[in-house]
Amino acid sequence: MLPLIIIGAGLAGWTTAREFRKLDKITPVLLITADSGDFYAKPSLSNAFAQKRGPAHLVTTPAASMAQSQNVTLQAHTRVTAINTASQTVNTSAGDFAYARLVLATGAQPIRIPMAGDAASAVLSVNSWQDFSAFHARLTGGNVAATTAVGQKHIVIMGAGLIGCEFANDLVSAGFAVTVVDPASSPIAALLPPGLGDQLREALADQGVVWHFGTTVQEMDHLAESGGAVSVKLANGQTMVADVVLSAIGLRADLGLAQAAGLQCERGIVVDARLQTSAPNVYALGDAAQYENGRTLPYVMPIMHAAKALAATLAGQPTVVQFPLMPVAVKTPALPLVVAAPAPGTVGQWMPSEPGVWLFTDGNQAAKGFALSGAHTGRRAELARQLV
Amino acid sequence: MKSYLCIVCGFIYAEAAGRPEDGIAPGTKWADIPESWACPDCGVAKADFEVVEI
Repeated sequence: MLPLIIIGAGLAGWTTAREFRKLDKITPVLLITADSGDFYAKPSLSNAFAQKRGPAHLVTTPAASMAQSQNVTLQAHTRVTAINTASQTVNTSAGDFAYARLVLATGAQPIRIPMAGDAASAVLSVNSWQDFSAFHARLTGGNVAATTAVGQKHIVIMGAGLIGCEFANDLVSAGFAVTVVDPASSPIAALLPPGLGDQLREALADQGVVWHFGTTVQEMDHLAESGGAVSVKLANGQTMVADVVLSAIGLRADLGLAQAAGLQCERGIVVDARLQTSAPNVYALGDAAQYENGRTLPYVMPIMHAAKALAATLAGQPTVVQFPLMPVAVKTPALPLVVAAPAPGTVGQWMPSEPGVWLFTDGNQAAKGFALSGAHTGRRAELARQLV
Repeated sequence: MKSYLCIVCGFIYAEAAGRPEDGIAPGTKWADIPESWACPDCGVAKADFEVVEI
């Protein structure tokens, strides 16, 4: 029997395998990944210091245990080089494999923007456990167990979005000096009501985060005899010395394999309501996918819903994925937030409703989204019931 | 009292704090939470949590 092949061992890949096994214990499953296949909670990467967890502690289930418990054949440290949708085979660095059905859970890659200077390539991003391990080693001088700052290192974070703010909070709490640079005028500008963004800005500033809004990192240069520190020049002319520069400006779906295979791609691999790509027997989900209505949903909850629906389809019960309201939690202990953003294109405005609660209302005064801060984050279920 | 970690998203349930917004009183033991309860951050089932020593 030809296997179900899953490419990618992130949350989307492993969850698809696990949900499929709940429904089908017989069909062979082959999971191919370029990394180790160890399972970890990706959202924990941006609050690891607060949780006193080093890289080793973040792996909740080693790859071998995952493969055994899910009865999956794991092909780790293997890079897929091509997909042939006509012959239903994938070519890899470890040989060719034929599939009955194929799932692309290939994720997304950090966006890199061109910068000047001889240290431009030294910028780090954290989009995987491996990335985090490298970042952690740079911060702690290789002390894998360290969960607090060693010396007062200065980290410059590019991007004041959700991930940039979570890292800023985590690192400043651990004793690092943190500067955040973003071209917008307030943090998480794409998601938050501006007034709430200002509150987050103040809450993190109180903890010691230094903000530079309305500008970008333009140039990074090595400093002589500095132990790896770099000079960072902003577009507004300011300069500073950083031990580490972390880029958190966003992700872009990893489309290389899919495009080469002739699959329809836009901002992600285009899938229909049953998560099938433009090729028969080939599916995609997670950060790599572009769902119906052009939506990309690079968060945990959509992955869980998509994996469950896809598993049912793969097990012979064609199932349309349905995304419920999926509030996003922003893990900034300085000011915890929960945001249920209005559907893309919804016309209306954010208004403070009561302290700690914001509502997004349309022209008919109907609530289409909400944002909660501080202790009010516990009221997400109550607020979700008010949306229409 | 123990704490439990959602292996998918890192959400922590602390028995001492409970989860009053979900109707789970402070001090509620993990074992006494209904099996139908799911992680408020990511929706995974209770079975996908694990014990964390704090």
